[in-house]
Amino acid sequence: MASIDIANIQKSYGIHPVLHDVDLKIGDGEFVVLVGPSGCGKSTLLRMIAGLESVTSGEIRIAGRRVNELAPKDRDIAMVFQSYALYPHMSVAKNMSYSLRLRKTAKEKIASIVSSAAAKLGLDPLLERRPRALSGGQRQRVAMGRAIVREPKAFLFDEPLSNLDARLREQMRAEIKKLHKDLGATSIYVTHDQIEAMTLADRIVAMNGGFVQQVGSPLDLYDRPANLFVAGFIGSPGMNFFEGTYLNGTAPRFETEGGVVIPAQPHPALTDGARATLGIRPEHVEIGAEAPDALKATVDLVEPTGFGIILHLSFGRSGFKAFTNDRRFLNASGSLPVRLPVERLHFFNAAGNRV
Amino acid sequence: MRAKPLFLTIAHRLAILAYIAFALFPLYWLLKVAVTPNDLLYSEGIRLWPSHASLEHFDFVLRHSAFPVFFRNSLIVSGSTAVIVTILASLSGYALSRFNFRGKYWLVALMLLTQMFPLVMLVAPIFKILSPLGLTNSLTGLVIVYTAFNVPFATFLMQSFFDGIPKDLEEAAMIDGATQFVAFRQIILPLTLPGIAATLGFVFTAAWSELLFSLMLISGNDQATFPVGLLSFVSKFSVDFGQMMAAGVLALIPACLFFLLIQRYLVQGLTAGAVKG
Ligand SMILES: Nc1ncnc2c1ncn2[C@@H]1O[C@H](COP(=O)(O)OP(=O)(O)O)[C@@H](O)[C@H]1O
Ligand SMILES: [Mg+2]
Repeated sequence: MASIDIANIQKSYGIHPVLHDVDLKIGDGEFVVLVGPSGCGKSTLLRMIAGLESVTSGEIRIAGRRVNELAPKDRDIAMVFQSYALYPHMSVAKNMSYSLRLRKTAKEKIASIVSSAAAKLGLDPLLERRPRALSGGQRQRVAMGRAIVREPKAFLFDEPLSNLDARLREQMRAEIKKLHKDLGATSIYVTHDQIEAMTLADRIVAMNGGFVQQVGSPLDLYDRPANLFVAGFIGSPGMNFFEGTYLNGTAPRFETEGGVVIPAQPHPALTDGARATLGIRPEHVEIGAEAPDALKATVDLVEPTGFGIILHLSFGRSGFKAFTNDRRFLNASGSLPVRLPVERLHFFNAAGNRV
Repeated sequence: MRAKPLFLTIAHRLAILAYIAFALFPLYWLLKVAVTPNDLLYSEGIRLWPSHASLEHFDFVLRHSAFPVFFRNSLIVSGSTAVIVTILASLSGYALSRFNFRGKYWLVALMLLTQMFPLVMLVAPIFKILSPLGLTNSLTGLVIVYTAFNVPFATFLMQSFFDGIPKDLEEAAMIDGATQFVAFRQIILPLTLPGIAATLGFVFTAAWSELLFSLMLISGNDQATFPVGLLSFVSKFSVDFGQMMAAGVLALIPACLFFLLIQRYLVQGLTAGAVKG
């Protein structure tokens, strides 16, 4: 187990930069999730930590030791690939013990380590099978088993669950979390799925376009997204945005482009008449409240999810969503009174940063 | 799936049968002539099987001709060429598949270029090169020439097999603690066995049936390979068809054995189960 320091890392392929100045300190035993849309450079960063990609500039340290020039085999890390990358010509047991055999571990020791890892992952009855005779979920477990037999300094995961169906994904997600609790190993986990990020992470690193957008605890990112990208990426259904103008004065308010006036709290960082974006999460939109400051919204569509209801609403031409558990709204139509509580509003300046 | 109409199935089978008959007929004729005694060869007219078959030609070829020597020479030359080419092609094919290095583009272009010339053009210069080195009239010389000619194509062949193996596998091995070379040997090579078998087979048969260089570089029976040896059954005034065909049948044996040995690798997709669910 070890800490991992990433200092001013840059990566370019030829003249194409894919990572800009990434700076990150990962503590001993921490579970960090790199999340962002496809192509934002998450895998590249992870592979640089693993030693599978060269570092264009900057420094990576594992347990305080610079590893930029170190071969993957000398970094003492384990990695779970999205494709699982099981060795097709080896049995499950041989797959799991390959790293130990390369290190010339004693036979008896290998046997006991493999059987305890297999027990942990429920792989006992499969040890003699070849990977092609396993289901997707079982292959995923073998890939995990191969990583844990070694007690490495850190675990790296590159979208390990994205080839599984939804039910299995949920189950494995919980198992990974449990495994991390048991082993307490430093882990870096790459995913494009914000739910995985929220549920697994001690700390989330949100990335976009090769830049780190925000680093923080899952609830930090949910409650105080640093910019429009993070605000839109975290949470489902995604945050509603309205573009418009912030108006100061005795009653601070926000006027959308469609002319809807939304009461707001005073924002010292926004000047009177400043262009801004207002954000509010669907689950924070209050509907059906007959309050004096209620606004009228048109109901466009009702989507029941079982757990709750997603209402597609609009102020004139600007649509937004509301989420509620109240089944009274299943048959909502026409127009509804809507309140956007001031303490739930997020404001972003013209540059897209939180104010 | 809907059952195909019967007549389509029959037409399909017939078409395949016709093709097989067409492709295998020369081989059949080879065998037929080989077992036809000399006195029946011209006297019986054209018929599918002689009224009386005998193995006398085989007996003669094996015991009284230089054929066993040709056969041995051919085995040595083709076997060594196949092994050497496959080793070289595995290494270079892997490099082309996995590494980016300076001059890669030009190297590939050069290798393609070597495949563009008719071999006849090269016979004289190659003879000129080999003769001061004492490599004419020697099996070693032949092995060198065949190797040189087969490596480019075999390299491309092996490269395509390596391209089919996910890169994740050797990366996983490298993270597990292997060097690139150990990952190549323990993970990638075993998965490329079908490719290796195909390359071995291809090069072996190419060398086995090569005539031009063997004819030009070798003089005398001691070092002749069997295609050249076959020509020795052609004398000034006659062709000893029976013996020639018997030798031909014998020469088919190693090629058949070879393919029997490797066919299980040729049809098997060993990488199944490596990735995805
Ligand atoms: N070997 C490569 N050569 C050139 N560009 C690459 C290479 N690998 C990745 N890229 C580019 O780098 C960017 C980041 O890729 P990646 O890290 O795989 O993204 P993701 O966040 O989806 O894992 C992408 O735009 C991709 O096109
Ligand atoms: Mg990726």
